[in-house]
Amino acid sequence: MLEAIILTVITAATPLLLAAIGELVVERSGVLNLGVEGMMVMGAVCGFAGTLTFGTPFAGIIAGALAGMAVSLLFGFATLTLVANQVASGLALTLFGLGLAGLIGEGFVGTPGLKLPALFIPGLTDLPVVGRILFGQDVLVYLSFALVAGVSWFLFRTRAGLVLRAVGDNHGSAHALGYSVVKVRYLAVLFGGACAGLGGAYLSIAYTPLWVESMTAGRGWIALALVVFASWRPGRLVVGAYLFGAVTILQLHAQPLGLGVPSQFLSMLPYLATVVVLVLISGNRRATRFNTPACLGTPFVPDR
Amino acid sequence: MKRFGANTANDDVSLKVMPGEIHALLGENGAGKSTLVKILYGALQPNEGEILWKGQPVVIGSPAEARALGIGMVFQHFSLFEALTVAENIALALPKDADRRGLSATIARVSRDYGLPLDPTSRIADLSVGERQRVEIVRCLLQNPQLVIMDEPTSVLTPQEADQLFETLKRLASEGCAILYISHRLEEVRAICHHATIMRRAKVVAETDPTTETVGTLARLMVGNEVDAVTRTKGVPGAPRLTLAGLDMPALGAFGVPLRAIDLEVRAGEIVAIAGVAGNGQSELFDAVSGERTGRDGAVVIDGRPVGHQGVNERRRLGAAFVPEERLGHGAVPALKLSENVVLTRHGTGEGIASGGFTRFGLAGRIVEAVTKRFDVRKGPADPEARALSGGNLQKFVVGREVDRTPGVLVVAQPTWGVDAGAAAVIRQALIDLARSGSAVLVISQDLDEIFEIADRIAVISRGHLSVPKAAEAMTREEIGLLMAGGAEKR
Repeated sequence: MLEAIILTVITAATPLLLAAIGELVVERSGVLNLGVEGMMVMGAVCGFAGTLTFGTPFAGIIAGALAGMAVSLLFGFATLTLVANQVASGLALTLFGLGLAGLIGEGFVGTPGLKLPALFIPGLTDLPVVGRILFGQDVLVYLSFALVAGVSWFLFRTRAGLVLRAVGDNHGSAHALGYSVVKVRYLAVLFGGACAGLGGAYLSIAYTPLWVESMTAGRGWIALALVVFASWRPGRLVVGAYLFGAVTILQLHAQPLGLGVPSQFLSMLPYLATVVVLVLISGNRRATRFNTPACLGTPFVPDR
Repeated sequence: MKRFGANTANDDVSLKVMPGEIHALLGENGAGKSTLVKILYGALQPNEGEILWKGQPVVIGSPAEARALGIGMVFQHFSLFEALTVAENIALALPKDADRRGLSATIARVSRDYGLPLDPTSRIADLSVGERQRVEIVRCLLQNPQLVIMDEPTSVLTPQEADQLFETLKRLASEGCAILYISHRLEEVRAICHHATIMRRAKVVAETDPTTETVGTLARLMVGNEVDAVTRTKGVPGAPRLTLAGLDMPALGAFGVPLRAIDLEVRAGEIVAIAGVAGNGQSELFDAVSGERTGRDGAVVIDGRPVGHQGVNERRRLGAAFVPEERLGHGAVPALKLSENVVLTRHGTGEGIASGGFTRFGLAGRIVEAVTKRFDVRKGPADPEARALSGGNLQKFVVGREVDRTPGVLVVAQPTWGVDAGAAAVIRQALIDLARSGSAVLVISQDLDEIFEIADRIAVISRGHLSVPKAAEAMTREEIGLLMAGGAEKR
């Protein structure tokens, strides 16, 4: 029972973690992309289509990431090159993505898909309890953890990561020092798009190998909330994503147990947790200041 | 030569800086100094003319190329990243292949050698303004520059911090580094610079040895004509019109400064000035006096009426007027016309600008006209948006708008910040005349020259404490410097 719950928690948390780690990098560079939901749903439909077209879920993974990047490029062009309002562009991207994905996926509704195979290492995967959990996951679950570690290393250990944080903290100064603010942000937005696309593809390839319209069901918004929940620290993102995943699953398991708690209340919990965390972290202004990208959402126009 | 559209910001400018020389670049706001510096630092490209570096013609395409040549820059408005550490800030300005591991040790060594103590691991947001400037300077020095450009470096420092900076500069120059020193402060240019180039309206108008000039002759070269001296008649102070009694205010936010038991009386007919280095509670004090933040009722008294917990409009109705430091966004709404900005500070003062739910824009327009005339506000159309005005002209307008009301109490922060010498004289004269007509004027300023020019009494604010105000004649710069550095707290 416990093993089953943990396994389902992992599948619920992985798409959130994938999308959120991408958005974290985007926001660290000073760009607020509210279009995560739209990029995820595009990743989901293209991941599903890629899997069916090429006959392998691995093609679907690549297709999902590419689809996320493609729509994020639209966002990047609007907000970075044309310096449009980031909030409005992000919301538009979500609506656009949901609509376009519905159109593309029209013919796939009801078609059975292929499920991403899970890892199987004889001996290790057979271990009781921990075997399936640690050594029996699919490649995207491992990738999500690798991405968190990689992003953490990149942001705080490499020079390029330092430049990215600098651009997010003060784009005017970064420009004065000779760094290309727009280029750094384009790369961050594309990375964010690829990650959101992967998160979406996970839904249609691994979570439920099906295409259903709007199957992301608000996960893009949860991913956005998670980034704030984690106060822009990659490590805390794991905690947040698994907490959200756990509550989602708990709510499913709690219903048949007849706890007497309305399921709506349980599905509300993760958001309530975000609000509580926001209140708590804002109490420590100093720590918040060091991790919050000061230029978040502000458009950058270089001097003549 | 550099043109911006129809404006020529640098017109046939020639400038020669020698190794080991501290070379002053003087000029009023808008004379073209910043443009020239940006060209030298690679941030702008000239339309005509060439730059010779060590005798060779060079094209400086970007700040990175300038740094590679050995040209370093210490910015006027710091270009630091507040959320990052000192070491990270410095690493960002070094070439890609620089050794990051040994950097902290290098920073510690260089900062010690030049008398600029710094901890490489501290975050910029936690540092004082003086320390931030040290980071800028150390960052510049680590690139082994042969030319260092400094843009108004002392405008944010206490006199003692400035003296320390001058020692560092002299040492750098003695090692053969050339320094291009941009400043408004003629005294310090005379004290440390070997050579001065003076710009006016995009052209070089004079080159001189500043040590042989007086402040007066340098000022004349900059402005082009004699600056009207401010005439100060002796005033006879009357009854207190603005009283602060035990004013306390908790800090707002992580970087705010709490106000601690501030006592002050400003009497009719006098100007009291509050000196201090930026960020020591000036903005908090302004907010408390103006009513943007409210507190205990008796803490602020205007003309005998306790107003501590009343808002800005109630205080204005009692005849008080306020000019905040930040003119665009705080003193004026950028996207509104000047007449609309007049309405914003006058709608509640009972002068008939707003009555019965309607606004009389005709009256507001006439006020704009009167202010324009009296303070020589230069603008294109009769009633442009506030953001269309240059900084100095907007400052004249914002101060003029309040002075025009002949308020009983005027509180003004940085009255002449960023305006040229001629306009500054007009504003200062207006403040003196207002006080002599029976108003109480409180000036919060970082400019000691200004304070000595207009103030009858001077107090110093330091970390939210206010020193006991003393007659201006009895104050010296050294005393103010000591009070700025924390002396105000030990009383």
